[in-house]
Amino acid sequence: LMTAKSLASKETVNGRCWFYSDDDDGISVYLNRELHAMNTVVAQLQTQFQDYLVSLYQQGFLDNQFTELRKLQDEGTPDFVAEVVSLFFDDCSKLINSMSRSLERPENVDFKQVDSGVHQLKGSSSSVGARRVKNVCISFKECCDVQNREGCLRCLQQVDYEYKMLKTKLQDLFNLEKQIVQAGGAIPQHFPSYTILRPDIRPCLDA
Amino acid sequence: MDKGFSPVGLRVLVVDDDPTWLKILEKMLKKCSYEVTTCGLAREALRLLRERKDGYDIVISDVNMPDMDGFKLLEHVGLELDLPVIMMSVDGETKRVMKGVQHGACDYLLKPIRMKELKIIWQHVLRKKLQEVRDIEGCYEGGADWFTRNDEAHLLGGGGEDVSFGRKRKEFDFEKKLLLQDESDPSSSSSKKARVVWSFELHQKFVNAVNQIGCDHSKYVGTLQFLSISLPLSCLLHGSGVLCLAEAGPKKILDLMNVPWLTRENVASHLQKYRLYLSRLEKGKELKCYSGGVKNMDLPPKGSEFSSVHQSPGKNSYAFSGGSSDPKQLASSSVSDPSSDVHMPPKAKKTRVEFDPPISSSCAFDSLLSWSDVPDPLESKPQILYGSSFLQQQPLPSQSPYVANSAPTLMEQEMKPSYETSVNADEFLMPQDKNSTVILQDLDLSAPSAISSINVTNDTESILRSLSWELPESHHSGFIDTDLDFSWLQNEHFLANTGVQNFQLQDYSCSPSLLSELPPHLWFGNEPDEYTLMVDHGLFIS
Repeated sequence: LMTAKSLASKETVNGRCWFYSDDDDGISVYLNRELHAMNTVVAQLQTQFQDYLVSLYQQGFLDNQFTELRKLQDEGTPDFVAEVVSLFFDDCSKLINSMSRSLERPENVDFKQVDSGVHQLKGSSSSVGARRVKNVCISFKECCDVQNREGCLRCLQQVDYEYKMLKTKLQDLFNLEKQIVQAGGAIPQHFPSYTILRPDIRPCLDA
Repeated sequence: MDKGFSPVGLRVLVVDDDPTWLKILEKMLKKCSYEVTTCGLAREALRLLRERKDGYDIVISDVNMPDMDGFKLLEHVGLELDLPVIMMSVDGETKRVMKGVQHGACDYLLKPIRMKELKIIWQHVLRKKLQEVRDIEGCYEGGADWFTRNDEAHLLGGGGEDVSFGRKRKEFDFEKKLLLQDESDPSSSSSKKARVVWSFELHQKFVNAVNQIGCDHSKYVGTLQFLSISLPLSCLLHGSGVLCLAEAGPKKILDLMNVPWLTRENVASHLQKYRLYLSRLEKGKELKCYSGGVKNMDLPPKGSEFSSVHQSPGKNSYAFSGGSSDPKQLASSSVSDPSSDVHMPPKAKKTRVEFDPPISSSCAFDSLLSWSDVPDPLESKPQILYGSSFLQQQPLPSQSPYVANSAPTLMEQEMKPSYETSVNADEFLMPQDKNSTVILQDLDLSAPSAISSINVTNDTESILRSLSWELPESHHSGFIDTDLDFSWLQNEHFLANTGVQNFQLQDYSCSPSLLSELPPHLWFGNEPDEYTLMVDHGLFIS
């Protein structure tokens, strides 16, 4: 549809595509309307993305560490955040499995191993800002300290649930990102602050 | 001195078993424009560090790691390499942090770590470098006569300290650390107590006392003396002292010194510095040559950092690591002889502070120094030698740091021709036994004459002459034990390595005047493959 004459220039400004043309040709108007439509889609996606991201903070899934991760991402490493969280989820899976094995037999629980696993999980979750997972780890450690197998099992279950939940949420977020990029838009560089979004709940401090 | 300093390109080694953190930290550090190396295992990290001793500026390590406790890694790095280490942990418990500090961590970060914290880690590197120089300067100001400007000049690399990254860290790893322990805080102008100025005479009394005590502990003395083959003369003189030091207590030394106004504390503090000096001399052999003088150093704190350095107390009860450093403490007061500037066998030489067991035959040297057979002139050497060094104290400060380099070389070279059965080495190696193979049998104790046969400059010759002296009464007779056991020597692989043919005549282009200004005992050999007479003779012996 676009004639050579009309394809003067196309720019992406603020995540929206704009078409500039010298001529008064009706086509440019038409093209701009097309682009405008696209822009609208992009704009919508971008808004959606932003809102979703903020909600993850508001619901306590993520904290400021996740914000830091996003800030670290740059053009050179556009998949940085996705790679890091992927490493985290793999780690979760491994640790949960080994702790599960240790807790398996009631008469022979290796609490030291479990404690070590919890510690690692806590460290790992703090690296990506997986706030809920980290919180469960705190309770989990307490159960370990008193050698409460039942408590440990419950925590284990909870930690498993939380990490999988977060995994799903983040996958949705990354999908939104992809759609935006595919629609020609740019990912909003919005960095929510956990502390601002959840003033009612103090950030979780380590023991 | 901090011109040219820039945090850009800071070489960081990150150690963390958590792959997520490792990736994040790598990214963060790269954003700080640092050069990052990551490592998931502590042992691997140590291997990397040891492989390239000057390859990193700072280490960041997690506290909890599966293969090695982070604190252990911290100890190793601090002792062996003296790099600043930052600990990290999710756990911010007071006692954990305290443990980190006690083990020598220069900082402790809590995870999650923020960019702003990483952006300024370079301060630890700069601080360490500045402290090094400041401490040396401070020591100098401290007024110890036996510390010369040359050390500082040398430390500063003979061209001003360049603290930019990538440059070799300096040699004074220990001193730097230990100097911080200096009770009188030399770098501070507001020192509360009146400082004792350890003049040459006073120090000599001190050394005499130490050596005297050392006589009573020949078992150790022998070992050290033999091991410290590559020691410059002062070390040779004091080498036995090192061992003796282990046994010598400040009280005893004080008593022997018989200086009424001196306190036990003064002696204790000086003893610490002396130990450090000796150790540094040993280390200095591998690193560079020092122009001379003794540094005012303190012993490490009794903390855990150094506990691992001590071998089983019964064995090598001297301050520094079992294996490597000791060999350098060639003791023998008898070795005043400049020619006996023997070098360490490569095996021992390459380590600085190591946790390896010390070179085996502890009794190897017992016989080495059977001074009883040594005529007085020999015994008097240490004293005089030391004396001569001080006599030369004045001219010394103008020394170029590189004199030391050439000096031993010169001596070596000179000695070689006539030293197949050199007197000098002999004197020093004087075994009492028949066992002793070597050299010593046909000792011609006319050192001066032997020396004069060498083509040395007048000045040098005079130094050498001065070395054969009137030994003041001392104690040195006690130094040498019998039973020279050359099997050790022969077994040492360095023998295989060195071989006579390895002795190349050094091309010493140093001016004789340089040589003459530097007392023999302050010469340091610096070539790892330079083997001195000791070795030479060892070869002949076998």
